[in-house]
Amino acid sequence: MMKLPLAEIAALAQQVARPMQFMEVCGTHTMAAYRSGLHQLLPANVRLISGPGCPVCVTDQSYIDAAIDLAGHPDVIVATFGDLVRVPGSDSSLEQERAAGAQVRIVYSPSDALVLARECPSKKVVFLGIGFETTAPTVAWAIRQAAEENLKNFFVLCAHKTMPQAMDALLRGHEVKIDGFLCPGHVSVITGAQLYRFICEQYKIPCVVTGFEPWDILSGIKMLLQQHVDGRAEVENEYSRSVSEAGNLAAQELLARVFEPCDVSWRGLGTIAGSGLRIRQEFARFDATVALDVVFPRTRVHPGCLCGAVLRGVATPLDCRLFGRKCSPLHPVGPCMVSSEGACAASYKYEKRAAA
Amino acid sequence: MNRILLAHGGGGSLTQELVQQMFVPAFKMRSLDDAAVLGVDRVRLAFTTDSYVVKPYVFPGGDIGRLAVCGTVNDLAVQGAQPLWMSLSFILEEGLPLADLETIVASIKTAATEAGVEIVTGDTKVVERGKCEGLYINTAGIGRVAGRRSVSHAGARAGDVVLLNGPLAEHGVAVMSRREGIVFQTSVVSDCAPVWPLVKAILDSNAEIHTLRDPTRGGVAGALNDIAVASGVGIRLEEKALPIGREVRGACDLLGLDPLTIANEGKLLVICRGSDADRVLATMKRQPLGRRSVVIGEVIEKPKGMVLLHTTIGGERIVDMPTGEDLPRIC
Repeated sequence: MMKLPLAEIAALAQQVARPMQFMEVCGTHTMAAYRSGLHQLLPANVRLISGPGCPVCVTDQSYIDAAIDLAGHPDVIVATFGDLVRVPGSDSSLEQERAAGAQVRIVYSPSDALVLARECPSKKVVFLGIGFETTAPTVAWAIRQAAEENLKNFFVLCAHKTMPQAMDALLRGHEVKIDGFLCPGHVSVITGAQLYRFICEQYKIPCVVTGFEPWDILSGIKMLLQQHVDGRAEVENEYSRSVSEAGNLAAQELLARVFEPCDVSWRGLGTIAGSGLRIRQEFARFDATVALDVVFPRTRVHPGCLCGAVLRGVATPLDCRLFGRKCSPLHPVGPCMVSSEGACAASYKYEKRAAA
Repeated sequence: MNRILLAHGGGGSLTQELVQQMFVPAFKMRSLDDAAVLGVDRVRLAFTTDSYVVKPYVFPGGDIGRLAVCGTVNDLAVQGAQPLWMSLSFILEEGLPLADLETIVASIKTAATEAGVEIVTGDTKVVERGKCEGLYINTAGIGRVAGRRSVSHAGARAGDVVLLNGPLAEHGVAVMSRREGIVFQTSVVSDCAPVWPLVKAILDSNAEIHTLRDPTRGGVAGALNDIAVASGVGIRLEEKALPIGREVRGACDLLGLDPLTIANEGKLLVICRGSDADRVLATMKRQPLGRRSVVIGEVIEKPKGMVLLHTTIGGERIVDMPTGEDLPRIC
């Protein structure tokens, strides 16, 4: 194992000599940090807060409700990543609908949903397309493939999102003090590290693209602190073993070919201009919202649920009065308690729980 | 929630909730150990039952038949009982290839010989195509509790040491690698094996053994949480000491699963008096199924009912009871 930069972090933190709050944008970072007990190793003036990078968590509740509604149609099979099935909608969840007879299939990639569509020509297979630049190219690929095969029964309920706009929205909101970003490694493999440059230039906030091992995260923190000591705000790349400056151009082309930017609503952050990906007109026949009768019902969110605030970095899971009482992985109220990358799930599972 | 969810069968806290709220009060059950220990004419017998619905029914390193035998005799073995007799009930799907059944029966025979257990009664039912996936097997097993000492889930005490006989999560990963929609290339094979010979050697060593457990569904996390709650103790694991194969770790990273919560079918958790740990470890290592045994943790006084992990980088976190169905994550 690589040597941990704990001593360097302590020395730099002392030099900076004021409270530092760094946001890990990606849900996988959140999970890795909690799983390794990393928070306990940081100096008192360095704090790590979770950001909006859990794809399941930021998916708007109306989307979940629409998916549940679709699953109720007898001629529809909903194909989804496993993370989504337990997320509570206003009145039910895909898991509960499945138990009641709805056709909900867990798939591991959009290409599995294509296979399902080929195997069940009499059913409409709707893939729930959520996630960031990491998963969106695989969905773009599936849509292009469906077009080539002229599949008539494959659809995507699309709620893909892009990360930089959300980071921008957080900074513009001025609700939470952010002294640096640990930028998402997986997303950056696709987008390239340069995507975050505007954050350094406009907001003078350092960014470090970071990998997912505990020592990656610690190295990222060390690099952020070093930038503060040096008075710099740049994009640095801790995860250079996977992330290049320009990213994966083939994936970017595929994304641009199938999707176009749109405004989209994020749970907790509201509608952010240009932060969504919509299926282009050319592929509209695969867009569930165009080709099928999709209803986005009025949603009911539990009034006490702080998921929105947690996703903005304003509240921590332990600030929520429902945490560990009304809301637990067994009986979740909000998505952050369900998703394997949710901050509440991570905190509940690995750190501490409120007295029941 | 007014219906059974798949997660109710995951062996985690949702399963526990169902058992506690539905079955325990109805049948006034005294113990929820994997097998009941019953006295008949001064002989102590262990009695267990189990059902096998694994999909696919043939997987790398075994099949549903081998699994049925090993699973049943292992539930007896961890009560300190030598497996003697087993029943087998087959629920077969119309259209199941006879050749498949023949293979499965042959592997039942092999596993039963290995385990020293006799198949003494059984039943066969056939259901319409589509009503089950190939075949399901239900079993019962009876064993004789060796010696006078009892081992039980409630037996762990502060100061005890936790041992494990080899790498984690191999059965679960091997089965997942062949599951519909997820097929990935791996050389991981199921660890499916009868643990009685290992248990016998450990009990014969005269060490003070407090708890034995086969960490099947729910994995080591599920088993140790059960033990921590039942014994009113805490358990601290050492991440560095956990034996996890490279391929298993890779598969788990990819799917977003924790090896600690994944099923094993030939593993044995041993909790013994701290001062006996060296002797038990040496005894285990002399057995074919114990060559890769290691100490993975210790029993502590507090926090009661919880399992902690001292992480590789020096932090500490909770190892929680898995909730239910393992859901591979999105990215």
